[in-house]
Amino acid sequence: MNTFKLLKTISLLWILATASISAKPALDKEEHPPQKDLKAEIKAYINHHLQDSYDFSLYSYTDEQGKHIYKGFPLPVILWDNGLKVFASAKFHHGETLAEVDGNYYKLYHGKIYKTDADGSIEYDAHHHPVNEKPLDFSLTKNVVFILLVALLMFFMFSKMARNYQKNPLPTGIGRLLEPIILYIRDDIAIPNIGEKKYKRYMSYLLTVFFFVWIINLLGLTPLGVNVTNNIAVTLALALMTYVITTFSGNKDYWKHIFWMPGVPWPMKIILAPIELLGTFIKPFSLMIRLYANITAGHVVLMSIIGLMFIFKNWIGSPLSFGLAFALSLLELLVAALQAYIFTMLSALYFGSAVEEHDHH
Amino acid sequence: MTIPNIVGAGLIVIGAGLGIGKIGGSAMDAIARQPEASGKIQTAMLIAAALIEGIGFAALFAA
Amino acid sequence: MDKLIEQFSLGLFVWQSFLFIGLVLLLKKYAWKPILDAVNDREEGIKNALEEAENARKEMQDLTADNERILKEARTERDAMLKEARELKDGIIADAQEEAKTQANKVIQQAQATIASEKQAAIAEIKNQVAELSIGIAEKVVRAELEDKDRQHKLIKEMLKEVS
Repeated sequence: MNTFKLLKTISLLWILATASISAKPALDKEEHPPQKDLKAEIKAYINHHLQDSYDFSLYSYTDEQGKHIYKGFPLPVILWDNGLKVFASAKFHHGETLAEVDGNYYKLYHGKIYKTDADGSIEYDAHHHPVNEKPLDFSLTKNVVFILLVALLMFFMFSKMARNYQKNPLPTGIGRLLEPIILYIRDDIAIPNIGEKKYKRYMSYLLTVFFFVWIINLLGLTPLGVNVTNNIAVTLALALMTYVITTFSGNKDYWKHIFWMPGVPWPMKIILAPIELLGTFIKPFSLMIRLYANITAGHVVLMSIIGLMFIFKNWIGSPLSFGLAFALSLLELLVAALQAYIFTMLSALYFGSAVEEHDHH
Repeated sequence: MTIPNIVGAGLIVIGAGLGIGKIGGSAMDAIARQPEASGKIQTAMLIAAALIEGIGFAALFAA
Repeated sequence: MDKLIEQFSLGLFVWQSFLFIGLVLLLKKYAWKPILDAVNDREEGIKNALEEAENARKEMQDLTADNERILKEARTERDAMLKEARELKDGIIADAQEEAKTQANKVIQQAQATIASEKQAAIAEIKNQVAELSIGIAEKVVRAELEDKDRQHKLIKEMLKEVS
């Protein structure tokens, strides 16, 4: 029943957030906005959507007086700047005001927090990058909160499922949906790639990473649109974990194949060693980029197509844009699962190559 | 974005598209020839496509 | 690339790593291990049940084969017994017939012997009686003959003639 409640909550949030779509036409309520500005505004909106933020915004619009109204709730900002500074992100007023904490001034500028003087002035270098000091930022941003929520959801869902098995050897409820997926990961991803003997050690990681990426991608497609996996930091953390596990479970054969490839003449060995070594870094790097880029590209295209609606502003544009966005959303549903699958699959492949025992040539 | 960047991005997309298309086509052929091995072929196809895609994305970001 | 590096947020990275490792460890303890164990147990159970069923089937087959063998043996045994009995019966009958035949032969022989001896006796008696009768007749004849002297002489003469 726990899962049911969660599902209910999610669908409620969905309905709530669908309001953001209906609230969006407010964009073109501005008086005769020049076309160029509208495009710029859509671009800014997409950029804003792709970025992490310090408050959990559900939707925003511009009222008749041209004032931006944000609906949502603030999240705690946690900074380390010669001591722990914790305050609510409401202090920034969406970047419009400075936050003053213990005599220090912080400014939210292009989605980042900078330390400033009391006037909030930002110094720039030659490339128009701010040179102000950046405090170490461990804020509970929108993405962090969302990761936390997904982690809780997964924990409750799967521990509930595990408890069900104690009563009944057959899966019940949501377990009936999840068990085939778990078995698929075990039988078609882990065992063929890692091998019958050693796959058990990696199952926890593979299962967690698959469901984490999948669920978080799917939830990113909801109108809430908190797309966590389009942050390079998140995908870097995931890919780094795969890299660390691969490196630490690499056996003698694995390192031998990197540094002194058997079966090739010695000049080739010297040439191959740096390439192979580089390969070990490229593998997790491509994992990171792939997940990040797929999700980002999907969101950008989807948002752009929705944005077309406000550029066309006629009877043909809206259905067209709706139809395209709908089709693309379906594709994105597939991509959400596919990226999770590929991430898991390639991780398993790398683990497999690390623990594989070659018969000696 | 400068013009060389855009041209480079276009080239990358053409290359990656051709590569993935070839993989997909070959996989279809293979499945048609051996429908009982379709599971294995699909897995191999996805891995190969993912590798090309990874390189493509890396190049796109460099462009 | 610059955009990527610019976008990178250390805070998010730290939180993600921390939460994700925590999630892996928690789920490992509370979800994956029990789930995979349960699934494994179930699979083992199904495998064992199948094996047991196979074994039972084999045992059943063996049993049926055994039964058949025993039945066959019993049948051959019964056949052998019947045959033996029949032979015995035939033997007994043959023996009895033989016995009866010899017995009958004996009886017949005895009867024949008795008949023969009786016949002999009867013949002897008849001979005796004939002899006596002859003697009697001869006596009477002789007496009558001998009452006349002439005749006596004649007879003697005849007899002597015959003897000589």
